[in-house]
Amino acid sequence: MYVAAIFLPLLAAIVAGFGRHFLGDRGAQIVTILGVGTAAILSVPIFVTVALNGNPQVIELFTWIRSGDMDTSWALRIDTLTAVMLIVVNWVSFMVHIYSVGYMHHDPSIPRFQAYLSFFTFSMLMLVTSDNLIQLFFGWEGVGVASYLLIGFWYHKPSANSAAMKAFLVNRVGDFGFALGIAGVFFLFDTVNFSEIFAAVPQHADTTVTFFGVEWHALTIIGILLFIGAMGKSAQLGLHTWLPDAMEGPTPVSALIHAATMVTAGVFMVTRMSPVFEYAPTALAIVTVVGALTAIFAATVGCVQNDIKRVIAYSTCSQLGYMFFAIGVSAYQAAIFHLMTHAFFKALLFLGAGSVIHAMSDEQDMRKMGGIWKHIKLTYAVMWIGSLALAGVPFFAGYFSKDMILEAAYGAHSGVGMFAFWIGIIAAFLTAFYSWRLLIMTFHGKPRADEYVMSHVHESPAVMTIPLIVLAVGAVFAGYIGYDVFVGPARGEFWGESILILADNDSVGAAHHVPGWVPILPAAMGVAGILTAYVFYMLAPGIPGMLARTFQPVYKFLLNKWYFDELYDAIFVRPTWYLGRGFWKSGDGALIDGVGPNGVAAAAKNVAQRLSRMQSGYVYHYAFFMIAGLFVFVTWYMIKG
Amino acid sequence: MTDLPLLTIITFLPLVGAGFILFVRGEEAQVAANARNVALLTSVATFILSLFLWFGFDNTTAEYQFTEQQEWLPAFNIGYSMGIDGISLFFVLLSTFLTPICILSSWEAVTKRVKEYMIAFLVLETMMVGMFCALDAFLFYIFFEGVLIPMFIIIGVWGGARRVYAAFKFFLYTLLGSVLMLLAFLTMYFTAGTSDIASLMAYDFAYGMQIWLWLAIFASFAVKVPMWPVHTWLPDAHVEAPTAGSVILAGVLLKMGGYGFLRFSVPMLPEATEAFTPLVYTLSVVAIVYTSMVALVQNDMKKMIAYSSVAHMGMVTIGIFALTQQAVEGAIFQMLSHGIVSGALFLCVGVVYDRLHTREIARYGGLANNMPRYALVFMIFMLASVGLPGTSGFVGEFLIILGVFQVNTWVALLAATGLILGAMYMLWLYRQVIFGKLEKDDVKAMLDLSKREIAILAPLVVLVLWMGIYPASFLDPMSVAVENLITNYQVALEAAGSQPLAAR
Repeated sequence: MYVAAIFLPLLAAIVAGFGRHFLGDRGAQIVTILGVGTAAILSVPIFVTVALNGNPQVIELFTWIRSGDMDTSWALRIDTLTAVMLIVVNWVSFMVHIYSVGYMHHDPSIPRFQAYLSFFTFSMLMLVTSDNLIQLFFGWEGVGVASYLLIGFWYHKPSANSAAMKAFLVNRVGDFGFALGIAGVFFLFDTVNFSEIFAAVPQHADTTVTFFGVEWHALTIIGILLFIGAMGKSAQLGLHTWLPDAMEGPTPVSALIHAATMVTAGVFMVTRMSPVFEYAPTALAIVTVVGALTAIFAATVGCVQNDIKRVIAYSTCSQLGYMFFAIGVSAYQAAIFHLMTHAFFKALLFLGAGSVIHAMSDEQDMRKMGGIWKHIKLTYAVMWIGSLALAGVPFFAGYFSKDMILEAAYGAHSGVGMFAFWIGIIAAFLTAFYSWRLLIMTFHGKPRADEYVMSHVHESPAVMTIPLIVLAVGAVFAGYIGYDVFVGPARGEFWGESILILADNDSVGAAHHVPGWVPILPAAMGVAGILTAYVFYMLAPGIPGMLARTFQPVYKFLLNKWYFDELYDAIFVRPTWYLGRGFWKSGDGALIDGVGPNGVAAAAKNVAQRLSRMQSGYVYHYAFFMIAGLFVFVTWYMIKG
Repeated sequence: MTDLPLLTIITFLPLVGAGFILFVRGEEAQVAANARNVALLTSVATFILSLFLWFGFDNTTAEYQFTEQQEWLPAFNIGYSMGIDGISLFFVLLSTFLTPICILSSWEAVTKRVKEYMIAFLVLETMMVGMFCALDAFLFYIFFEGVLIPMFIIIGVWGGARRVYAAFKFFLYTLLGSVLMLLAFLTMYFTAGTSDIASLMAYDFAYGMQIWLWLAIFASFAVKVPMWPVHTWLPDAHVEAPTAGSVILAGVLLKMGGYGFLRFSVPMLPEATEAFTPLVYTLSVVAIVYTSMVALVQNDMKKMIAYSSVAHMGMVTIGIFALTQQAVEGAIFQMLSHGIVSGALFLCVGVVYDRLHTREIARYGGLANNMPRYALVFMIFMLASVGLPGTSGFVGEFLIILGVFQVNTWVALLAATGLILGAMYMLWLYRQVIFGKLEKDDVKAMLDLSKREIAILAPLVVLVLWMGIYPASFLDPMSVAVENLITNYQVALEAAGSQPLAAR
C-alpha cells in the first residue's frame, strides 16, 4: 500500500509519456488520473494508520549510495508529518489532474502535460517520504526539474523559457546551500540518515567547528545552510524572484506546484529537520526574520500587481513567509497546519483564477476584466471562499492556521517573535486588501474587456468546476477539522516523534495563553483590509490612482517588485557573461594560447626563419662561421686553462 | 578461466581485428563495409570479454587481480605485467564499452578511408585498455604514449577545417608533458631498481626527489586531465575531431590523467602529494569557475561541452587530492559518469551535426517540435551533466563535495559553485537548441533519431540511470582499493612525520 501510493504516479507518468502514440490524449489523461487518484485514495488509510493511530513506518527498498561511512538507501519513512503531506500532495494533485482535462483541452501536447504532472507528483512524494537527506535532495531536485519542464511547457514562448531557466537556476543557488548543508551534516554526524542524525543531535548541541576559516557553532551553520536551500525552493526574500515569473506556466501548474506543494517543500524540510534547528537558536532567529520580511515584502508587492496570477503568486510568497516565521518561533505544527490549509485555499484560488482566465479567452490582466460575476457565478463563489480563507476571516480554514501562527509568534516572547507578530499583523491587513482588490477588479464594476471577449464569457465545464468545489470544501472546513489535532490539545499524541520541540520552546502551547486581544486582532485587520479595498475599488475608484500619483516613487518601487530583478541582473547575470567572455578571449585566447602553444610556435618559426637565412649557399659564409667557431673554442679553452 | 590470460586477450584482441581489416581487399564500398563489420564485431567481442572481468572481480581485496607476469627485458628487470584492481576495473570497461559505440556512430558519418579509420580505432582501444591494465611503469608509458598516435591521426585526417592545427596542438601539448614523465620514470627506475608499479609504491623516495618527480609526472597528467591553464588544446581538439573522436577523447583519454594521479602521484609520492595539494585545489577551483563561465559564452556546441569537461574534471582532481573515502570514490565515479555523459553529449551533437553540418548553436532552435525523441535523450544527458540526483552525474559530484568538505570547507564551497554555473550553460544550450519556435526551413526538415542512433544512445541512457539509481554496483568493487590507497597514503605520511589531514 505504501509503495503503491508513492510509485503509482511514476508508473502513470512513464506509461502516459511513452505510450502517447497508442494511448492518445484521452488515454493519457485516464492513466494519470487513475494513478494519482489511487495514490490519493490510498493516502487516506495511510493517514489513519500512521497519524491517527500513531503507527509510523520505515520501509527500506534497496541500497543507494554506499561509500565508506556513508550508507544510504532508497527508503520510505512515513510518520505523521509525512502522512499529512501525503494527503495534501496526493489530493491536490488529483484535483489538478482532473481540472487539467478541461483546462488544457485545446492544447496539442496533452499526454506530455499529464506525464509531467504525474512525474512531479512522484518527485514530491519521494521528497516527503525520504528517510535521509540525500533522498530528500533527490525529490527536491526532481520537483525542480518537473517545475522547470512545466513552467517551460509552452516552449515556443521565449518568456516561458526564460522563466523556466530562471526558476531552475535560482533554485540551484538554494541547492548550493542545501548541498553544503548536507555535507556539513555528514561532517558532524558521519551519517545522512534522519534517525541517526536526530539521535546524535543532543551530543553535538555545543560542538563548535571551524568552517570557512571561522569558528562556528556547528548546528547553527548547518541550520543556516539548509535554510538557504529552503529559501530557494520556498521563494523566500532574496531567492523569491523566480516564483512570479513561474506564472508563465499553465495555470494548473501554478496551482499544484507554485502554490500548494513544491514551494512548501522548504517548510517541510525545515520541519523535518526540527531536531537540528531546535538546538540552533540563532538559525531559528534568522528563519523568523527572513520569513517575516518575506511576508511583508510580498504582501506590499501583491497590492499593486495587475496580472491576476501574479497577485496570487505574491500572496503565496507572503503566506510562505508566515509559515517560516512560525517555524522560527518553534511553532512547527502551526506551520504545517497553515501549509495544509493554504494548500487547499491557494490551489482553489489559482484554479479559480484559471477558470476566470479560461472564461476571458486567456486574458490575465485584471485591468481588462470586471463585471463578469453574473456570468460565472460558481467561479465567483469559490473565489470568495478562497479569499475569505486567505484573509483569515473567522471560521474559514485560514483563520485557524494564520491566527495560530500569529499567536505563537506573540507567545514565543522573544524579540524576533514580536517583530514577526507585528509584521504578520500588518501583512494580514495587506493580504485582505489585495484579495478583495483582486475580487473587485476581476468580477465587479463595468466590463473593461472588449465585446467579443465579453460575449464569450462562460462558466467552465464540470470537469473543472468539480475540483473547485472539492477544494472549496477543504478551504472551508480544513481548519476547523484539523485544529484540535494539529495545534490543539491532541497535538502531542498526533505528531508523535515526527517533530521535536524543546520544552522551553513550546510556543504553540504558549499561544493558548496569550492576552485576549491577540487572537482578535488578525481577524479585525482582515476585515479592515476588506473594507479598505471595498472603499478604494467600489465606492471611490479614484483613490488608488490618486495615491499612485501622489506617492509616485513608492508606487514605482512596489510595481517593480523592489527592483530585485534589476539588481540581480546588474550584479550577477551581466558580470558573469562579461567575465566569461573576458576569460575566453583574453585568458584562453591571448594569454594562455598566445604565450603558450601559439607563442612557442611563433617563436620557433621565427628562429627557424633566421637560421634558414644563414644557409645562404655561399662558401665564404660557411668558412666565416667555421673560423669564428674555431676562434670561440680556442678562446674558451685558453681561458679555462 | 583463471589461467586464461584474460587481460592480454582483451588488450590485444582489437589489434588482431585491426590486422584482419588491414588485409581486406577489393572494391572500395566492399572494403568499407567489411571494415565496419569486422571492427564492430571485434569491439563488441572485446566488450563482452571485458564483462567477465567485472563478473569475476573479487570486491573484498585490494590486491591486483587477473595478474599476468612475463619476462620482457630481463636484463633490465623490466617485465610485461598486467593486472587490475578496483580503481582500474571500470576504466577498462569504460574503454571497451565506448569503442563499439564510437564505431557504430561513425557508420554513416565517415565515408572516406573507412578501413584506416577503423584500424585507428581498434589500435586506440588496444592502447587504452593496455594502459589501464599495465602494472609496469614502462609498459604503462608505452601504452600511454601509444594512445597519442591513433588519436593524432583520427583528428588530423578525419577532422574538421582546422584539423591540422588542432592535431598538432594536441600532440605537442601532451608530448611535452609525457617527456617529463618519461624522465621521472627513468629516475624512479634507476633509484629503486625496478619499474614494477607495486614495488615502486612500496619504495620510499627521498622528500626532495619526490617533489621533482611529482612535478614531472604532474606535467604529463595535468595536460591530459586537462587542468587549467593547460586545457586550451581540448576545445580545439574536440571541435575539429570527428564525433567518435570526441567521444573517446572526452570519454577515456581525459580519464588517463586522473587514473595516473591515482596510480602514480598519490601512492608513490605521498609527501609531495601532500605538499602540492593546495596547488591542485587552486588550479581545480579556477578550472571550475573559469571554464564554466567560458562555456557559457560559447557559440559552438562542441566547444561548450569541451569547456564543461574541463570544469567537471576540475571536480575530479579536487576529489582525488582530498583523499577521503567519499572524495576519491566520488572522483572515480565522476570520471566514469563524465565518460558516459560527455561522450553521450558529443554523440547528441553529432546527431544534429550529421543533419545540418554546423555546430553553431544559433543555427538550431525548436527541435522539440520535430525531434521529440532526440529532445528527450538530450534532456536526460543534459540533466546528468548538471548533476541531477537519479542520474550518474549526481553521485560522483555529490560524493566529492561531501568528501572535500571533511578536509577543506572553502574548497567544497567553491567547488559547489559548479552546481550553479554548470546548470547555467547546460540549460542555456538546451534552451537554444531544443526549445523555441521552429522557424528555419532546413531545421524543420531534420528527422528524428534513426534506429541506429537509438541503438547507440539507448545503452548510454540505461547506464546513466543505472549509475544514478543503483550506484552500488560500481562503488562496491572500488571501495576496498580506494580504502587501501588512502590507508597507505596516511601510513606513509605518518612515517614521514608530517600531520596527515590535520589542517582543514
